[in-house]
Amino acid sequence: MAKQYETVIGLEVHVELATKTKIFCGCSTAFGGVPNTHTCPVCTGMPGSLPVLNKQVVEYAIGVGLATNCKITQYCKFDRKNYFYPDNPQNYQISQLYLPICRDGYVEIRTPEGDKKIGIHEIHMEEDAGKLIHDEWEDCSLVDYNRSGVPLIEIVSEPDMRSADEVIAYLEKLRMFVQYLGASDCKLQEGSMRADVNLSVREVGTTEFGTRTEMKNLNSFRAIARAIEGERTRQIDLLESGEKVVQETRRWDDSKECSYPMRSKEDAQDYRYFPDPDLVPVHISDEWLESIRGKQPEFREAKMERYKREYDIPEYDIEIITGSKHLSDLFEATVAICSQPKKVSNWLMVENLRLLKEREMDPEDIRFSPEHLAALIDLTEQKVINSTVAKEVFEVMFDQDIDPVQYVEEKGLKTVNDEGALRKTVEEVIAANPQSVEDYRNGKEKAIGFLVGQTMKAMKGKADPASVNKLLKELL
Amino acid sequence: MSILSYTAVGLAKAIKAGETTAVEAMQAVLDQIDRTESEYHCYVTIDREGALKRAAEVQKQIEASELEGPLAGVPVAIKDNICTEGMLTTCSSKILENFIPTYTAEALCNLEKAGAVVIGKTNMDEFAMGSTTETSHYGVTRNPRNTEHVPGGSSGGSAAAVAGEECFFALGSDTGGSIRQPASYCGVVGMKPTYGTVSRYGLIAYGSSLDQIGPLSKDVTDCATILEVIASYDTKDSTSMERQDTDFTSALVEDVEGMRIGIPRDYFGEGLDPEVKEAVLSAAEALKSRGAVVEEFDLSLVEYAIPTYYTIAAAEASSNLERFDGIKYGYRAKDAEELHTMYKRTRSEGFGPEVKRRIMLGSFVLSSGYYDAYYLKALRVKALIKKAFDDAFAKYDVILGPVAPTTAPRLGESLSDPIKMYLGDIYTISVNLAGLPGISVPCGQDKNGLPIGMQLIGDCFQEKKLIRTAYTFEQTTR
Repeated sequence: MAKQYETVIGLEVHVELATKTKIFCGCSTAFGGVPNTHTCPVCTGMPGSLPVLNKQVVEYAIGVGLATNCKITQYCKFDRKNYFYPDNPQNYQISQLYLPICRDGYVEIRTPEGDKKIGIHEIHMEEDAGKLIHDEWEDCSLVDYNRSGVPLIEIVSEPDMRSADEVIAYLEKLRMFVQYLGASDCKLQEGSMRADVNLSVREVGTTEFGTRTEMKNLNSFRAIARAIEGERTRQIDLLESGEKVVQETRRWDDSKECSYPMRSKEDAQDYRYFPDPDLVPVHISDEWLESIRGKQPEFREAKMERYKREYDIPEYDIEIITGSKHLSDLFEATVAICSQPKKVSNWLMVENLRLLKEREMDPEDIRFSPEHLAALIDLTEQKVINSTVAKEVFEVMFDQDIDPVQYVEEKGLKTVNDEGALRKTVEEVIAANPQSVEDYRNGKEKAIGFLVGQTMKAMKGKADPASVNKLLKELL
Repeated sequence: MSILSYTAVGLAKAIKAGETTAVEAMQAVLDQIDRTESEYHCYVTIDREGALKRAAEVQKQIEASELEGPLAGVPVAIKDNICTEGMLTTCSSKILENFIPTYTAEALCNLEKAGAVVIGKTNMDEFAMGSTTETSHYGVTRNPRNTEHVPGGSSGGSAAAVAGEECFFALGSDTGGSIRQPASYCGVVGMKPTYGTVSRYGLIAYGSSLDQIGPLSKDVTDCATILEVIASYDTKDSTSMERQDTDFTSALVEDVEGMRIGIPRDYFGEGLDPEVKEAVLSAAEALKSRGAVVEEFDLSLVEYAIPTYYTIAAAEASSNLERFDGIKYGYRAKDAEELHTMYKRTRSEGFGPEVKRRIMLGSFVLSSGYYDAYYLKALRVKALIKKAFDDAFAKYDVILGPVAPTTAPRLGESLSDPIKMYLGDIYTISVNLAGLPGISVPCGQDKNGLPIGMQLIGDCFQEKKLIRTAYTFEQTTR
C-alpha cells in the first residue's frame, strides 16, 4: 500500500504598516513618488545619521499581538541583522531577534474537523529595504530608497498548519485582525502583505519533522495554494524515489506553476545579530499597554455577533460585509444615517459586489461615501427615482462618488409623477401596439410586460414601472 | 600680545569689545597655518575662502548685536568624523576621500548658532581607530610641542591645532580616550562628557555605545564654555539625554574645599612612566593643599577594561562601517565586474590595516558560536566595571589619575605593535565603558619637555565637579 503523507506548514508573514512616516525617520511612507524623494540621511544610510523609533509602529505591533493572544514583551530591543546588499543602505537591517515585541500567541481558524489553534511563535518589528531596478538598456542597476525604512511586522507562526485550506484560513484571519486595527491594508498583490511558506512532509503517524523548504514570491492566495500543492508533490516525489529533501529557499513562479532553488543552507549567511546601540530598549509600561488594549477595535467575530443581534439581514450578507473592514465601516456609517440596514446591505451585496467584480477591485478600494449611498436609498424610498434609474445612478456614484441628489436633478432623472402625461403616453403605446393589446385581452398575461417596456422607453425610463403597470391594466 | 594667544573666550570678548574682529582672528589663524601647517599637518581640509566669508558674516551679526554668545566670532577646527554640510568629511580614510555630507552634525549646528566659525577639518586616526593619528590615510600629524613625536589620537589633529595655535579651540570625539589622550600629549585641555550629553547626530560612528563629541581647548574656562554650547537634548539621537544642568560655566569656581578625591592604586602600578606618576601625584598634592580630601583606593577590574573595550568597540565598528561599500558615496574600486567583487575590492582598497583589523575582530566576536563567549561576556564585564565606578563614587566626588602611561611616543614607534598601543588606553577606556565624564588637564612635562596630563573622572552627570576641580588646579598652578 502506498505511504500516506502529512504536510507540515509554518508561515512567516510580513505586513507593511500603514504609518504616515517611516519606522526610524520622518520620511513619508506614501507609495510611489519619484525615486529617492521620500528619503533623508537616516533612510539612505548616510554616515553619522541615527534612527529614532516611530511610536505608532510599536502600538500597531502590540495591537496585532493582543489580537492574536500574544504575550507582550514589555522590555524589548532592536537588533541589527548584518548583510551586504545595495537595497539595504546601511548593510544592516534593524530588526528584532533576541527580544521580539510579541511571543507565544495563537489564532483560531475554522476547519472541517472543527476549530483549530494555530500558534504564533513571535511577532517582531523591522524596517523594509529599498528597491533595486535593473536597467537593461543602460546595463546598470539603480536603487530607490523610497521604501527603505517603511515599517514592517513579521508574524512567525508555529508549524501547525496541515493544508493549503488551513493556510488560507490563517492568512484570512490575520488579514482581518490587521485591517480592523487599521494597521495595514494587507494587499498581497501590492506587497503590503507577504507570506513565505515553510513546508515539509512526513509519513502519517511519525512525530519528527521532515526537512523543510522555504517558499518565497507568493503574490496571491491562489499562488499560495498552488505553491503548497506543488511543493508537497515535489517533496513526496523526492522521498518516494529515495532522494532527500534539501533544506533551501525556493522561489515560486506562479505562471509556470513550479519553484526554483534560490539558496541552500550551505550558503546560509551569518547575520551577526547584536543589539542596535543606536536605539534604546523599548519599555512598554502597564499603562501604555492598557491604553492600547482599551483602544482595540471590535474585531470581526464580535461584529458578526452584533450584526446578528442588531440587524435583520442574512447571515451570508454579514459574512461578506464583515469580511472587509472598509465594507463594514461603510455599512455601519450608512445605516447610521438612513436606518435601513436591509436596504443598505442589499445595495452593498448586489450592485456593489457586481461592480467590484467587473472593475476587478477590492472592497478596500470603494470610494463612494456613506452619505451618498444613504441619499440614493432615500431617493428610491421616496420614489423620486425608480429602481432602474437608481442602479444607473449607483454605478456613476461607484465610479465617481457623485452626489446622487444633485446628479438626478441635473440629469433630469426624476420619475414623472404627472398622471396626465403618463396616461397620455400609455394611451399612445396602446394605440401603437394593437397586436400586443389583443394578445393581452386574449389572456396572454405576458404581453403586458412588453407594453410596460414600451411605455418606459417612451418615458425615457423616468416612470415608475408599477404605476405604468397599474395604469395599463386599468385602460385595457 | 599676539591675537593667537587669546583663549576662545578671551577672543570673543575682544571681538565684542571691538578690539579685534572675527575676520582678523580668522586671518591670523590662516597666517599661522601658512607658517606651521606644512610641519604639523593638523588638517585634512582647510576652507580658507569659506572661513573668511563666514567670519565676515558673523562679524556683521556681532556688530548688529544679533550674536552675543561667548564664542561668537571664534575660529574652530572640527575633527574630520563630524559631518559638515558641503565640506569634505573623510574620517581620514581613503574610502570617504570624496564624501561631502548633505547635513551638519547637531553639535556643530549648536556651535555655529553661537557664532563659532569653522576653519576646516582636522586629521585623525582613520575612523578614530588608533592612538597616534598615524593611521590616517592623509599622512601623520606632528606634535607641536616636539615634532619628532606623535600628537596622540585619535583626535590628534584637533589637539595639535589647539596646541599649535592653528585654531582657538577644536571639537574631537572620544570612544576610548581619543580626546583626553591627545589633549594630554599636546598639553591642552580635553573633555569627554557623560554619554548622551552631546548629540551624536552627524558624528560618523565608530563605537556607537561609547562615542561622545567633546571640546579640546586652551584652558578649563574655554572647555566649560564650549561644552555648555554643544550640549543639547536632541530628538534625532535616541541616546541623547534631557539634562537641566548644562550650565557648566557656573562651575568655574576656585574652590575644592572638602572635595573628596580618590586615587585608584590600580592606575599607578606597573607600566606607568615614573615621570608621569610623579607629575600626577604632585597635582593631587596641589589639590590637597587647596582643601581637597585626597586618598588612595582600589578600583578593581582595571585589567579587564582593555579586552572588554576592544570586543565591544570592534563589534559595533564592524557593523557601523558596513555602509562604506562603494554603492552610495565614497570610494569605489574601478572595473569590478560583479557586485561582491566590487564590495571586496572597494573595502580592501578603501580601508587601512588598523580599520581592517578591528572589522575582522568585531565580525569574529559577533559571529554565530562566538557571540556569547565574547560579545555577551564583554557586555557583562562592562556592567561590572560600571558597578566598580558606582562603588567608588559612593565615596568620592572625583577620581584622579594619569591619562596615559607615558608622554607622547616618537613617530613610528607605536604601529608596529598594536597590542602595546591598545594597552596605552588603559586609563581612559573604562570611562567610556561606564559612560562617565572625564577631563584631561595639563599638569607638567617630562625631562624632554613633553606635556603630561592629569585625568579627572566623575560620576555620570557630574561634569561640574570635574570643571571645578580642574579650574581650581589650573588657577593654583598658573
